[in-house]
Amino acid sequence: MITLLAVERIKLATTQAAWWCTAIAVVASLGFAALFVGFAGDDFALTVGSSQAGATFGRTVLLVLGVLVVTTEYHWGTARTTFQAVPSRAPVLLAKATVVGILAAVVGLAVGFGSLGLAMLLEPGAELALDGAADWRAVAGQGPVYLLTAVLGVGIGLLLRNTALGLAVALVWTQLVEGLVVLIPTIGDDIYVWLPFFAASQFVGSDVGSPALGLGELPLGPLGYGAYFAGICLLLLAAGVWTAVRRDA
Amino acid sequence: MIEARGLTKRYGKTTAVDDLSFDVAAGRVTGFLGPNGAGKSTTMRMILGLDNPTAGRVTINGKRYHELHHPLRTVGALLDAKWVHPNRSARAHLNWMAKSNQIAERRVDEVLDIVGLTSVAGKRAGGFSLGMSQRLGIAAALLGDPEVLLFDEPVNGLDPEGILWIRKFMHRLADEGRTVFVSSHLLSEMALTATELVVIGRGKLISQSSTADFVARASENTVKVRSPQNDRLRDALEQASAELTAAEDGLIVSGMDSAKIGEIAAENGLVLHELSPQQGSLEQAFMQITGDSVEYHTGIEAEVAQVLEPTAR
Ligand SMILES: Nc1ncnc2c1ncn2[C@@H]1O[C@H](COP(=O)(O)OP(=O)(O)OP(=O)(O)O)[C@@H](O)[C@H]1O
Ligand SMILES: [Mg+2]
Repeated sequence: MITLLAVERIKLATTQAAWWCTAIAVVASLGFAALFVGFAGDDFALTVGSSQAGATFGRTVLLVLGVLVVTTEYHWGTARTTFQAVPSRAPVLLAKATVVGILAAVVGLAVGFGSLGLAMLLEPGAELALDGAADWRAVAGQGPVYLLTAVLGVGIGLLLRNTALGLAVALVWTQLVEGLVVLIPTIGDDIYVWLPFFAASQFVGSDVGSPALGLGELPLGPLGYGAYFAGICLLLLAAGVWTAVRRDA
Repeated sequence: MIEARGLTKRYGKTTAVDDLSFDVAAGRVTGFLGPNGAGKSTTMRMILGLDNPTAGRVTINGKRYHELHHPLRTVGALLDAKWVHPNRSARAHLNWMAKSNQIAERRVDEVLDIVGLTSVAGKRAGGFSLGMSQRLGIAAALLGDPEVLLFDEPVNGLDPEGILWIRKFMHRLADEGRTVFVSSHLLSEMALTATELVVIGRGKLISQSSTADFVARASENTVKVRSPQNDRLRDALEQASAELTAAEDGLIVSGMDSAKIGEIAAENGLVLHELSPQQGSLEQAFMQITGDSVEYHTGIEAEVAQVLEPTAR
């Protein structure tokens, strides 16, 4: 397994996708966080939670990276070269998910603490000390959320194998579906509270930009939502690995 | 040593490989000959465990590919030179492959040197010409110093210089005692490269023999006969143990000359509308043998000349 992790690390580090996605994730997240803090105005009480307003951008970028690392392998045929080198597919794919996940976690932590630092820099007067579990979750929680999001991307990539299709699903879901479900009359709200990225946002407790207002009592607490989000991501990874093992490469 | 037994692969309604059994012996170049779409690549993918056979099995030294420990050290393969990420350098591509089978990094430089890519090792593989990509693929195949090597149409699209280089390379690998299994749709190419031939058409095994035998059989003279009593003629000729192939309006007879066929027809009181020895029949015989379409008739003359040259020597 150590060997496989090293292999996947070489593969990830020797194409440009990872570097670009990392750069875009960090810049976009911090950029939006800076705008948010800058434009929030004086009467808005900046908190640790609302300093993370930009983190959803980076999260989506890492979802894209998760999809790309798999679909590009199928596109260029290196998936076959990989399975030729290591015929037991499940360990290889889990190693890949692990390596991308670790990178994503690092990016998530950088975005979380970077956003907080930026907020402190721009609004030195605001109350931004990390007090208690909720504050820590809001900032450090970006690590596990990014990790799981990238893993979800790997799962989607394995199920669809096609870059255009995978990216379409990832982007339409995060950018459209999750936002529009809430507009469905009567049942919309009930579905919305079970959507994966709503759950992820509940876990970090920083869902500032989304229409989470007026949903009434939520079915799970932050930790419950965290576990629920993890469950969905790991389930999709498992489904992806399972199909990859059974199908022709 | 590769052994295929009853190997079958269906994709939906297409049967790409149909109950195929053959052996590839150690220490020589075995050609895998068949026209386009015959199922060569599919068979090679099944040997490597990339595609799952619908039925049957194929083993390498008695083991399925999945059972090989560090398989790159036993089997090296070049199925498609384009199976490389275009943004990765040649060295990085070989590095991860080496790492995966715990092959020393030093070996990467060795194989780059063997195929003559050392000077461009740090360049993007996406910028490589077809010939360079092919060399990189061969470097990858040699990485684990394997005793079995598979090449799928390695000379496809190469210029004469590249073809010559690959051909020499195959011979060198076989001379080192390795098992080389190389596919092609050109009999001429195989006649120059392989000592053994596994010939398939439409997924089925047509023959397994030495190349010399196959070329001799393919260039054997045949006779075309037409008769209004086609069925009775066929029975009579079969009894005289001639080899028959159905043509669209008659029979192609091999292993018997026209005089003998005429005598058999006369003995049985059969009317003949045509009795014509076929000239230059190597290409036709090959076409019939492999069940090929007419697409290749144009380029075939040159091929025949090439094939006959080495056999005449
Ligand atoms: N993944 C697949 N899905 C569906 N059909 C396939 C697949 N792979 C191969 N086939 C079909 O199986 C048949 C054999 O194909 P294959 O590529 O093995 O032939 P080949 O002998 O390698 O031909 P060529 O000389 O053109 O490379 C063809 O009819 C092809 O269309
Ligand atoms: Mg082929």
